[in-house]
This record gives sequence, structure tokens and C-alpha cells, in this order.
Amino acid sequence: MSAAPSLAPAPVPVPAVGDEVIAARKLGLVFGTNDGSVHALKDVDLTIRRGEFVSFIGPSGCGKTTLLRVIADLEQPTAGSITVNGMTPGDARRARAYGYVFQAAALYPWRSIARNVALPLEIMGVPKAERARRIAANLDLVGLSGFEKKFPWQLSGGMQQRASIARALSFDPDLLLMDEPFGALDEIVRDHLNAELLKLWATTRKTVVFVTHSIPEAVFLSTRIVVMSPRPGRITEIIDCDLGAERPLEIRETPRFLEIAHRVREGLRAGHGYE
Amino acid sequence: MTLSAPIAEPGAGIGYRARPSLRSRIAGGRAGPVLVVLVAVLVLWYAGAVLLNWPTESARLARGNPEVSPAEILTATLSAQRPVLPAPHQIAVEIWNTTVKVSPTAPRSLVYHAGVTLGPTLLGFALGTLLGVALAVGIIHSRTLDKSLMPWVITSQTIPILAIAPMVIVVLNSVGISGLVPKAIISTYLSFFPVTVGMVKGLRSPDAMHLDLMRTYNASGRQTLAKLRAPASLPFLFASMKVAVAAALVGAIVGELPTGAQAGLGARLLAGSYYGQTIQIWSALVAASAMAGVLVWLVGLAETTARRRAGARA
Ligand SMILES: Nc1ncnc2c1ncn2[C@@H]1O[C@H](COP(=O)(O)OP(=O)(O)O)[C@@H](O)[C@H]1O
Ligand SMILES: [Mg+2]
Repeated sequence: MSAAPSLAPAPVPVPAVGDEVIAARKLGLVFGTNDGSVHALKDVDLTIRRGEFVSFIGPSGCGKTTLLRVIADLEQPTAGSITVNGMTPGDARRARAYGYVFQAAALYPWRSIARNVALPLEIMGVPKAERARRIAANLDLVGLSGFEKKFPWQLSGGMQQRASIARALSFDPDLLLMDEPFGALDEIVRDHLNAELLKLWATTRKTVVFVTHSIPEAVFLSTRIVVMSPRPGRITEIIDCDLGAERPLEIRETPRFLEIAHRVREGLRAGHGYE
Repeated sequence: MTLSAPIAEPGAGIGYRARPSLRSRIAGGRAGPVLVVLVAVLVLWYAGAVLLNWPTESARLARGNPEVSPAEILTATLSAQRPVLPAPHQIAVEIWNTTVKVSPTAPRSLVYHAGVTLGPTLLGFALGTLLGVALAVGIIHSRTLDKSLMPWVITSQTIPILAIAPMVIVVLNSVGISGLVPKAIISTYLSFFPVTVGMVKGLRSPDAMHLDLMRTYNASGRQTLAKLRAPASLPFLFASMKVAVAAALVGAIVGELPTGAQAGLGARLLAGSYYGQTIQIWSALVAASAMAGVLVWLVGLAETTARRRAGARA
């Protein structure tokens, strides 16, 4: 395995292959609300290494989003410790270590697609010519060439989400945090985007942390699946998903795939997730 | 002067859909109700003019000729020199005579007086908008300013403008400043408020996800302001600017009242009421509301242009 073919000098010191990108120990987070406190995360131990594709799966309310947001320094843990690229999540965020894809595309409606993709580049002070190059390259990567001048409302939901992925990739972060990016899309579009994402991951070898509540999606994409359960939000099982790098859509009918999917389902049931 | 579009109701101007053109609005049958209302207003107005002018006119005619017929009185109520309530056509004639028929620089010209009032209105509106935006930016970025400034901003508007205007005019006159500037200051005083309130709301309008996105880029406060909060606040800015420009006009007119100014729409109102020239008062009022209508329309035009540039739905 070689290092990712970087689009430009990465702003962060790139950890060596297999290095710990995320290391959480006894991580906990309690939200204090008006009507009592919510134990969103409890005793989360998790290590994610460089180049992995790790999915969080579990019923809604089990803390998947919260865990992803802690990694992104959008939420502060109340117990335990966590490092991202060997630093605090805050330092990692300030070093622009990750690209975050939200559940909704969250494009700015007053910006064209090209200018939406340009947004992080403008903020990071990338020169204009380089910006144009990266917009073109990343829109091409997500199959949106020719839509540069369109505005978000002129695009379908799937295309909007692809634009938001291009935006997250535009500054070439080594870590991609994705929170149910395809959750709102229909199954056909989702299948297509899953295949695209897998191809992207295979070519760039980025580390991906992916939240989903779809078992087939998790098994199809991941190298490891983190099964979570609610009240308090915790990890109940971590399942290896060694289907290899080549994963055509048909792999979903193979016995190996179905076996892993079964184990995930059992894991969810054991956590009383879907009861 | 009725404006068919809401100026400042909650949510006015929010969203990215352009308003249909005037032609399509008429074609869409929306002009019908407006015309019905207009006709109803005119009928009521004429009825009011007859009723209100009847006592004085019948008494005046009876003095010369005790046998005066009701028809003669009726005609007189609609053509009196100093009616209690002038008839619409009298106002129309007066406006025609004081705009088209005289040189725009003549002291009788309504255009001249409107121009004198327009200057401080525009200056006050510009200053008020700048001040309003600056205060809003300060308020959303600093808890201290939010806590310390906002109460004063609100208090400022509880003091009646009629109490403040003479103080401003008299104090500035005593230090040798008169004319445009004191009136513009009163306009500023009235117009910054809607802009501050609207922009505080507008700059805080981006949703949490859009703000989180900026945080993931480690964007500075200034970058977040320029690339997210400011563009998100544009609909709020224009909605509040429509209120502000009308308020600025009121401020400029009020600013002409305390010193008995010689020129301006406020001066026309004042002079008219000194000499019982009700037709003159009403024509100045109509001119003022027409001016307000045009100013609000111009702000709307700027809004449409800005939205087109921001990729609004056609
Ligand atoms: N900002 C917050 N304030 C209070 N409670 C929250 C907040 N965010 C999430 N929670 C609660 O934390 C728990 C986990 O939420 P979340 O991480 O969004 O779950 P998931 O993404 O797995 O559906 C839920 O019970 C949710 O209601
Ligand atoms: Mg979630």
C-alpha cells in the first residue's frame, strides 16, 4: 500500500500507513438538557487506523452522530480521552485534518455548485487558479462536470449530496467523516453512490468514518463495522468485514456478504437495538 | 397610496422566489380587487367631502342668497377654496398645477419641495442603514454588546420623535448647523432601528449545519460573517430597508416642522395648516406617500437584482 496520491501538499503531517488516526479511550458524553441529562456516549473505546473504512451502525439515538461530532470537535466529551492524528480533536480541526459530510447536503443556496465546492478553498486561502483546478477535478470525481454554474435547487437530492462530497474532498483531507450521507436518497441512487464512494476510497486510500443505519450499506462499504446501542450510547461489538478491495454490487448476494450482514444483525439484536 | 406587496410582515422577502411581474399580476386577476378597493375609497372620499363641507358651504351660500338650492351647495362642497376635506379631483388639479405647470425650481413647485425633502431622506437612510448594520454585526459578535446595546436600541424608539426632533434641530442650529444635516440625523434616528433589528435576526438566521460547516473549515469569525452570515441575511436586510426608507422620509418631514422651514414637504404641510390651505396639505401628503412608494419600490428593485445575482429561482 502506498500513500494517497495527494492533490496538493497536505496541510497536516501525514501519518504513516497503519498509524492510529482516531484513538478513543473510555470516551463519554452526557448532554445536560432542561428535562434531565442524556447519556449519549459511555465508555467508548475505539481505534481507527489510517486507510480504514469504518462504519458506525445502530438504531437512531445510539450516539453515532455524537461520536462523529466529537471526532470533528463539534461536540466536547465529558469523560475519557480522544486523539485525532495524535492531537486533540480541536488541534486536528484547526489543522483542517478532516472533511465532514453532513446528513443533508448543506450547500449554500446563494452559491453555484462550483462556488460551493470552492468554499473551503476560499477560506483556506487557496489561490484562484489552483481553486479552479480542484473544483474541476473534484466535480469530475463525483460525476458533476457540466453542473458548475447550476444552483443547488436546480439539482436532485443525490446530485446535491455528491456536490457536498466534492466540497469535502476539495481541500484533500486525509480523513473523511460522513454522517448518513445517503440516508435521504432512494435505493437506486444510494447503490450507485455507494459504488462511487468505494471506488473513491480505493483510489485515494483516505480514512473514512461512515455513519449509517443500513446493514447492507455498512457491509458493502466497510473494512470494519462498529455496532452501537442506545441508552447509554455505547459500542456493543466491532465486526471485521474482510471482503477485499474489489466489491462489485453483486457481492451483496455472496454467502460471505450475507454471513457478515447476519452477524451485524445479530449484534444489533444483542444490543436490544431494534426491539 | 396603497402598496399591494407586504413590506415588513414576518417573513416578507424571505426565500428565493422572485415576485411575479406586474403584467402577470394583472393578468392573474390580482389587479381586480385593488381596483375595487380604489373605487370604494374614491366613493367614500367624495361622500365624506360632501358631508364634511356641507355645513360651512351651505352657511356661506345662504349668507348671499337664502334661496340656495341643494344642488348648488353640493357643487360648492366639491369646489370650495378651503374645504374641510378637499375632493380627490381638487387635489389632483392642485398637484398638476404645482408640478407640471410650474418650473421645478419655483417655490410653488411640489417637485422642488419634494427634492428638498429627498436629500435628507436619502442621506439619513444611507447613514441609518450603515449604522443599523454596524450595530447588528457588533451585537451578534459580542454578548456584552448584545446585553448593553440592545436595550438602548429599543429604548431609543420609545421616545417620541416629535420630542426629539426640536431638540436636534435647535441644538444644531445654535452651533450653526442647519438645513440638510439636522434633518438627515432625524432620518437616521428613525431608520437605523428596523435595520438593526432585522439584521440581528438575519445574521443569526443561518442554520446550525451551515455554521458547523464553517467550524470544520476552522473559518474565522470574519470569514463566517462574509461568506455565511452576510449572504444569509440579505432577505432580512432588504425587508428592513423597505421599512427604513419610509421611516427616513417621515424623519425628514418631521425635521422640517419645528423651525418653520421654508422649503420641503414638511414645510408645505406646515404652511398649509397655518393658512387653512387644506388642498395644499393634501397634495403635499399625496406627494409624500408617492415618494415613499417610489423609494420602497426602488429598494425592491435592488432586492430583485441582488437575488438574481445570488441564483434565485426565476
Ligand atoms: N445537542 C444535544 N443536546 C441534547 N441531547 C442531544 C444533543 N444531540 C444529541 N442528543 C441526544 O443524544 C443521543 C444520541 O444522539 P445522536 O448522536 O444524534 O444519535 P444517532 O446519530 O445515533 O441517531 C440522543 O438521545 C439525542 O437525543
Ligand atoms: Mg444521527
